[in-house]
Amino acid sequence: MAANILVLIKQVPDSEAMVQVQADGSGVEIEDRYTLNFFDSLAVEEALRIKEHQGSGTVTIITLGTQKSIEALRTAIAMGADEAILLEDPAFAGGDGYATAKALAAAIKGKEYDVILCGREAFDDSSGIVGPLVAEFLGIPHITSVIKIDLSPEEQVVIVEREIEGGKEIIKTPLPVLLAAQKGLNEPRVPPVMGVMKAMRVEIKKLDLAAIGLSQTEAGKAGSLEEILRYHRPPVRSPVTMIQGTAADAVKQLVIYLREEAKVI
Amino acid sequence: MASEVWVFAEHQDGVIRKTSLEILGKGRELAGHLGVEMAALLLGSGVDNLAQQLAAYADKVYQWDDPLVRQYNMEVYLQAIANQAEKERPHLILAGATSLARDLFPRVAGRLKTGIAVDCLSLELGEDGFLVARRPLFGGKALVDVVCCHGRPQIALARPNTFPLPDVQGSPKGKIVLLGVEVDTEKVKLENLEVVRSVRERLDLIEAEIIVTGGSGMKTAENFSLLEDLAEILGATVGATRGVVDSGWRPHDDQVGKSGKTVSPKLYVAVGLSGAIHHVMGMDTSKVVVAINKDPRAPIFQYADYGIQGDLFEVLPLLIEELKKGQGKG
Repeated sequence: MAANILVLIKQVPDSEAMVQVQADGSGVEIEDRYTLNFFDSLAVEEALRIKEHQGSGTVTIITLGTQKSIEALRTAIAMGADEAILLEDPAFAGGDGYATAKALAAAIKGKEYDVILCGREAFDDSSGIVGPLVAEFLGIPHITSVIKIDLSPEEQVVIVEREIEGGKEIIKTPLPVLLAAQKGLNEPRVPPVMGVMKAMRVEIKKLDLAAIGLSQTEAGKAGSLEEILRYHRPPVRSPVTMIQGTAADAVKQLVIYLREEAKVI
Repeated sequence: MASEVWVFAEHQDGVIRKTSLEILGKGRELAGHLGVEMAALLLGSGVDNLAQQLAAYADKVYQWDDPLVRQYNMEVYLQAIANQAEKERPHLILAGATSLARDLFPRVAGRLKTGIAVDCLSLELGEDGFLVARRPLFGGKALVDVVCCHGRPQIALARPNTFPLPDVQGSPKGKIVLLGVEVDTEKVKLENLEVVRSVRERLDLIEAEIIVTGGSGMKTAENFSLLEDLAEILGATVGATRGVVDSGWRPHDDQVGKSGKTVSPKLYVAVGLSGAIHHVMGMDTSKVVVAINKDPRAPIFQYADYGIQGDLFEVLPLLIEELKKGQGKG
């Protein structure tokens, strides 16, 4: 039996991208270096593996964003996904995790799916709340920090391993379910050349606010619960004290510093 | 009646987690400013002793004591907490940002139609009594202050090791309120099959006071025994870089960094690791950082308080010896 899989992804700044907080704290400037969020690439990979294992099915990639996000959608198509959907509307701008999840859930409602996959968290925001919120709005269970997925579409169940501190939980659930990928789930493939060529030609399906049936007050800044007050630069650490001398002397001095100056041991 | 401040009390192997105690301290402070009561949320089976313990910190303990909540099940916990929140309308719900809380509370927020701030580095009250939560963006390259004005309760998960452990004064005074687990089992789809947990003497990385992390400079998995020895004498937990985990020398559970854990110990010892940005993002809020690396230009020195340029295979045994000496003296 075929498995229909939806994958929620996000285009995020590369970890090396420069981020500068504006002096008045009103915003941040981000260097133009974007990439498909790492944990989302695990989700795409897993969807493809499930489809390949089953021998049939569809993998549909969904993101909410701007024209810039198309790059991430194309990366997923290049890896082997079948279809890509971009939720794009000026009304989506400035939305928090709650508003984003509302929009994604609205776009998903009415679609046929067995599993929704997403990453554990997005690199930029690191909250990891959109996945569970989408599941809540759709009324399906979710499991986060997933490191193994054993799907049996015939029986409409999945057995999942979830990473917890110091171990793992093994959970069984009927489909549909939303699963958030943790590192260790798989090694994402490098898109093959043929895939990259296909991705350049593929049509990205676009959905605006009206198409997903939400009102202006439910989307973007108006539909958000979290208000940003201001941005700050992170505190700066004092310059390092390099301890000189032979290894034996340096180690003695370090222990003195840690005991008497820093008082941490 | 003013609405309460709630703190989720997570426990493991019959012990309240350290991060929960930290949040109980913070919750007490915030409840004091607001002039309201603080309640601890306790779910478990046969946990009277934990309720007693919590009563020393909190004005009230909401105790769900039932085999149904012996183990964490997202859907069961969600219903129990959300139902009680709908009844009592608390002002705040606070918890440590553990894997359990990060699984559960976004969903609680969704159910209660309210906002949630995750991995907070500070929690303060604005003049209007709203909670201002500071959380990191872009792996800590920026911080942002957020407030949730529209929903109730405001929910925040704080990074472990951010707030000090509270003092306990006097005998338990808090009132213990026993609650029944009234769960619509139709809506419970998740079935826990098994929890596999290795027996560990040390705290998990996210709660550890001291961490010693090894990078690719350790050269082999076997060489981590040196770090284990150092950790033993410091009472530390051993961490690893992405490179080390990807080489299969240590499990992913040990990884510090952007695709691993974010840690905030009082002492972080970085050994034989260069300090790649994705690593630094996972440890930059550590209070004191020591770097040991043979390359004087390794970026980790820019994020360290104390640095030793040297061969770790020479430095580590000496450091272990030196620390042992101090212990002997008492």
